[in-house]
Amino acid sequence: MTQVTVKRLWKTFGAQIVLENVNLHVGDHEFVTIVGASGCGKTTFLRMLLGVEAPSKGDFLIDGEPLPAEPGPDRGIVFQRYSLFPHLTVLDNLMLGPELGAAPLLARLFGARRRRVLDKAHALLEAVGLRGAAKKYPRELSGGMQQRLSIAQSVICEPKILLLDEPFGALDPGITADMHTLILDLWNQHKMTIFMVTHDVQESFELGTRLLVFDKVRRDPQAPEAFGATITYDIPLKGRRRGDGRPGAIAV
Amino acid sequence: MRRLLNQHPNRAGGVLLAALPFLLIVALYLTYSHARLAANPGDKLLPSPATIATTMHEYIFEEDERSGDYLLWTDTVASLERLLFALGISAAVGLVLGLALGVVPYLRAGLAPFVAALSLIPPLAILPILFIVVGLGEAAKITLIIIGITPIIVRDLALRTAELPAEQLIKAQTLGASTWQIVLRVVLPQMWPRLIDAMRMTLGAAWLYLIAAEAIASTEGLGYRIFLVRRYLAMDVILPYVVWITVLAFTMDWLLRTLRSKAFGWANSGV
Repeated sequence: MTQVTVKRLWKTFGAQIVLENVNLHVGDHEFVTIVGASGCGKTTFLRMLLGVEAPSKGDFLIDGEPLPAEPGPDRGIVFQRYSLFPHLTVLDNLMLGPELGAAPLLARLFGARRRRVLDKAHALLEAVGLRGAAKKYPRELSGGMQQRLSIAQSVICEPKILLLDEPFGALDPGITADMHTLILDLWNQHKMTIFMVTHDVQESFELGTRLLVFDKVRRDPQAPEAFGATITYDIPLKGRRRGDGRPGAIAV
Repeated sequence: MRRLLNQHPNRAGGVLLAALPFLLIVALYLTYSHARLAANPGDKLLPSPATIATTMHEYIFEEDERSGDYLLWTDTVASLERLLFALGISAAVGLVLGLALGVVPYLRAGLAPFVAALSLIPPLAILPILFIVVGLGEAAKITLIIIGITPIIVRDLALRTAELPAEQLIKAQTLGASTWQIVLRVVLPQMWPRLIDAMRMTLGAAWLYLIAAEAIASTEGLGYRIFLVRRYLAMDVILPYVVWITVLAFTMDWLLRTLRSKAFGWANSGV
């Protein structure tokens, strides 16, 4: 059970206030979508959750514990791009996480332990539709396939929270529908909490169980940096019940 | 008529164009050599191909009267040993230090300015110090090359490491990687082709330092030889030696380039 609690959170860079007084509680197995204008702090919020930015004031708690100050295996991330390892094949990219976790010194597995991970990786490749591409390098994949791999790469580590930073922003509109099915299936399968930043409002309604809108409540035209953004709308989306059976549900 | 920048030579044309400057310079040499020798048969500046061939035959196939060595081969082996030894050490040090500086902010803060300052010392200016400290033997020559190229390799690799997308390193951390594991599985494999690039880039400088060191204090080596025979205006030795050094350097560059594309296919541009 993963609980994310944010209390009176502020984030400032020097004199610039990015986020002010953000309060939030997210329960287990939610799919939180985050929208807002450019520069309204939604990516900063995600980066704090990731652990690469620290809160300036206030609390950011996961299961009652303060957020670690660096990224860790409990929080997976899929960026818009650059999150694959270009020197590893698709299969090796996918196996990297389990290998890192199981072999602290060499970061490689051999023999029976490797075969177990290999089976798991092959099953997941099948599930995300990359079975035929196992031996390819990332640059030989299309944008959509790259994002499928990046998602699978995070999911195989079974994170409590999966962070998606505009993961489908650079893809063709035709592909996004498939990607939505995929991410919902994986979300239901692995029961993690998802935070997804997106520019696409329709996407945010379609995928989320809960929609957060980041915006500024106060503005000073002479000093735009004087006020930060906060969560202005927190909309529960009734249409998306938890664990509902979407067509094409997959078993891993 | 298509624009000039859209016109490409075909394969045969490309080979011909590439050969043209070489042929041109050979023709130019032959013309002037012939003219000078016609005016003065004792001219040493532009020896005829026949003279060069005779001399090189001696250097390649006949034992030297005094030392009993086949001079070209003795010189080549001596120089290549020094060069490869120095390149090996420089690459190893450059890789380890470059990665360390690129990955660990504390090391970067502590050492990057120092390495930058070090790389600005003209290596030839400290050659006398090397001769005084480590003597006139092999160590001084090898050290000179190492001092000359290692800082460049270190800085290049540190930069390339820092150029890796932050997303990659963050992703690796979310997959549970420690600093060591990131170096081992993410950074190092991506730096191998960069190391080869850095070595190709510093190869010219390495030859420069090698020949400089050999010219000043040595008893064998390609650089030693050309500076030795300079006293006798022996262009029939110097010119083929320069060509031979160029061929060696070109071959090393070609080997490194081939290794890069064969061993690190993922890094090749295009699919």
